[in-house]
Amino acid sequence: MIALPRLRRGVVILTIIGVGSLLASCTDKADSGATKGGNEPAKLTVTATDDACTVSSADAPSGTLTFAVTNKGSKVNEFYLFAEDGVRVVGEVENIGPGLTRNLVVRIKPGTYVAACKPGMTGDGIRSDFTVTDSGEAVAAPAIETLLSEATEQYTAFVRTEADELLEKTEAFAGLYREGKDDEARASYAPTRIHWERIEPVAESFGDVDPKLDLREADLEAGQDWTGWHRIEKDLWPPANDASYVPLTTAQRAALADQLVADTKDLRGRVSVVTLSPDQLSNGAKELLDEVATGKVTGEEEVWSGTDLWDFQANVDGAKMAFEVLEPVLREKDPALLTELDERFDDVQKLLDAQKKGEGFVNYRELSPEQVKAMADAVNALGEPLSRLTAAVVL
Amino acid sequence: MNADETPPTNDNVQDPATLRAPTSSSVESRGLSRRRLLGAAGVGAAAVAAGVAAIKARNGTDTVTAASPSDTGAVSFYGAHQAGIVTPAQDRLHFAAFDVTTTSRDRLIRLLQQWTDAAAKMTQGLPVGEFGAVDGSPLAPPDDSGEALGLSASRLTITIGFGPSLFETATGVDRFGIADRRPRSLTALPLFPKDNLSPARSGGDLCVQACADDPQVAVHAVRNLARIAFGTATVRWSQLGFGRTSSTSTAQITPRNLFGFKDGTANLKAEDPALLDEHVWVPSSAQDANGAWLAGGSYLVARRISMRIETWDRTSLTEQERLIGRTKSDGAPMSGGTEFTAPDFEAIGARDEPLIPVGSHLRLAHPSANNGSRILRRGYNFTDGSDGLGRLDAGLFFIAFVRDPATHYIPMQLQLSKNDTLMEYLQHTGSALFAVPPGVASPSGFLGETLFI
Repeated sequence: MIALPRLRRGVVILTIIGVGSLLASCTDKADSGATKGGNEPAKLTVTATDDACTVSSADAPSGTLTFAVTNKGSKVNEFYLFAEDGVRVVGEVENIGPGLTRNLVVRIKPGTYVAACKPGMTGDGIRSDFTVTDSGEAVAAPAIETLLSEATEQYTAFVRTEADELLEKTEAFAGLYREGKDDEARASYAPTRIHWERIEPVAESFGDVDPKLDLREADLEAGQDWTGWHRIEKDLWPPANDASYVPLTTAQRAALADQLVADTKDLRGRVSVVTLSPDQLSNGAKELLDEVATGKVTGEEEVWSGTDLWDFQANVDGAKMAFEVLEPVLREKDPALLTELDERFDDVQKLLDAQKKGEGFVNYRELSPEQVKAMADAVNALGEPLSRLTAAVVL
Repeated sequence: MNADETPPTNDNVQDPATLRAPTSSSVESRGLSRRRLLGAAGVGAAAVAAGVAAIKARNGTDTVTAASPSDTGAVSFYGAHQAGIVTPAQDRLHFAAFDVTTTSRDRLIRLLQQWTDAAAKMTQGLPVGEFGAVDGSPLAPPDDSGEALGLSASRLTITIGFGPSLFETATGVDRFGIADRRPRSLTALPLFPKDNLSPARSGGDLCVQACADDPQVAVHAVRNLARIAFGTATVRWSQLGFGRTSSTSTAQITPRNLFGFKDGTANLKAEDPALLDEHVWVPSSAQDANGAWLAGGSYLVARRISMRIETWDRTSLTEQERLIGRTKSDGAPMSGGTEFTAPDFEAIGARDEPLIPVGSHLRLAHPSANNGSRILRRGYNFTDGSDGLGRLDAGLFFIAFVRDPATHYIPMQLQLSKNDTLMEYLQHTGSALFAVPPGVASPSGFLGETLFI
């Protein structure tokens, strides 16, 4: 659909929110202890200039800490929290332009740390010791880092398998279309595309592939060359009410089919070497639900074939996979969110199951307005807690 | 016109305490009697020529003084330019596009005269018609619908414009003998990538932009103008806006759009007439003789931009700020500083990536990415309830005034539609372009008269 380097942006989000906090152990509920009452997270301020780095306090209680870093200098600044060795990054916030304030939020266990500002983003930075006292919270030490890396491995394997299947089925589909076997091509259209829809955020992260493969007619710019799935879709399900539609010639079909295969090969090649980070899993899940909410629930994705529910299911499958591989992390960090997401995924699936037909689903146009509304509600009910997944697992 | 009746101009805002007068006697007392206005409007070429001369005389010497945003008084209707452009943006909008149903040039002119008369009154807090809302015959329906009785003028402005279809139909029919006077740039806007335009929210032969601080006053204005138009023109579509999204004066703070961000920080402001001449007002030009009548006017671009509110709300703060290019807290560019600090597009952050992302709205909409072109934004947040799927049917009703859409709007929008990463959360659902004629210099003139001389 819309080509955006989303996963790459995701990387930035991760680093700003605080990569290294993965390394810090976490507690169930942050207790700010000494500096603040109740369960409010402790908040510190950091005043960074071109030659000074002043933290409002040299110590804080364990739990969730927020550093509000204000750059009062003239250079772009960064703020780091290092482990005691001064090397391992516990948390960082970057790209603090002059005059701006940026927050670093970390969950952190008792110990000795090093705080540092890095004016101009170079050098060792201006450092000072920072002590985290024991707030009294039971500090478990689950191997979150290991769990996250396992999750990422599993998800990467899933993405690669899907890309492989996509290529295999796309080659078969392209052959049918090229040879004019329209009935068979129509039958394999949606079952092939599900492998694309399951990994769409990863595919979209390669900005130039997505518009070639998945652009809808409505998104075209005047004079732009239209290739990919939806161009073929329109030719296989020509508009009934538009007498002006001219079916593609054999040569045009062959060119489109070849291009589809070539672009899918390109995608598969890139996926086979992609490296993902944990936040890309959770953000990708959120984006898949966005896709459902804006394109599939409304029947805007597959305007000619009406196979939107196949895509809907595939988007949900992709999101669910990300959720499931992250489940062990979530169980440690936010079990309530885990329970809620489980229920919401089930609710959506029940609605989809009710529309199953044969190997797939009924045509989108057969849905009543009430059924569409119920699906939209279920998607919103899932999308909202799903949007909290990134902060829950990587913070 | 007597010398002592020289009307106030847009330069001034009248007594803030002006209240909508319920009786015709107070109409008289303000020198705005309906008969006098009609007499003036109905006169022939001499008076029209005088009006044009007055406009010309005022061009070039026009200055604008901003009123305090809290001012609830009356904005003058008369001036070299129509009010409602550089007037400090009011809080509420009712915008209406009309299809002209008559084929008679005379009736069209008559409508413009009647609208001028009604607008002159309503903007001063007065009811329309000879007898207003309650002082006519008990056996007749009141001239004025009455819901604005007792309300202040609320800084109401009424701004009208002419769509391309007024001049010529799609099949080339010259409807009112003005086809050869269509300005070169007054053509339907192109279809931009990702546009999902509804014909029922697009186009129109005429437009009325009614802005006021009180929503009831704005709605009253459009309602009464539509009533006057029955038989000559009919409402094609209309749009309510509940909150301004831009400031047109440095005296106003920058409001927020429905994404929660300050919007229109870099807007053109009333306090800089040189920039307005450069970017907003149509100049007298020998290059476009057909459009000479539009000198001192402007073009109004209207776009109904739906926002995907629900998915936006699920987006992380960092991502939101990267899409916009500014901080959410105070609107400072990501390169640093405060709201009005000039963005530094060269500033580099981590991993050698620009602090203001390449695909951010700020970067792509900025004059430096658009040949230096600037626009005067005057948009409003809207919500039209929900969409039937439990989602807000809401967004930004974008209004911009530019001196030439071909240089000041179309290239920018094309670039945004193609490359702005924010487009993932936007969909343009309505579109229209209007030529906004110059203002009415005096009660002897009428809106659009330069077109019909």
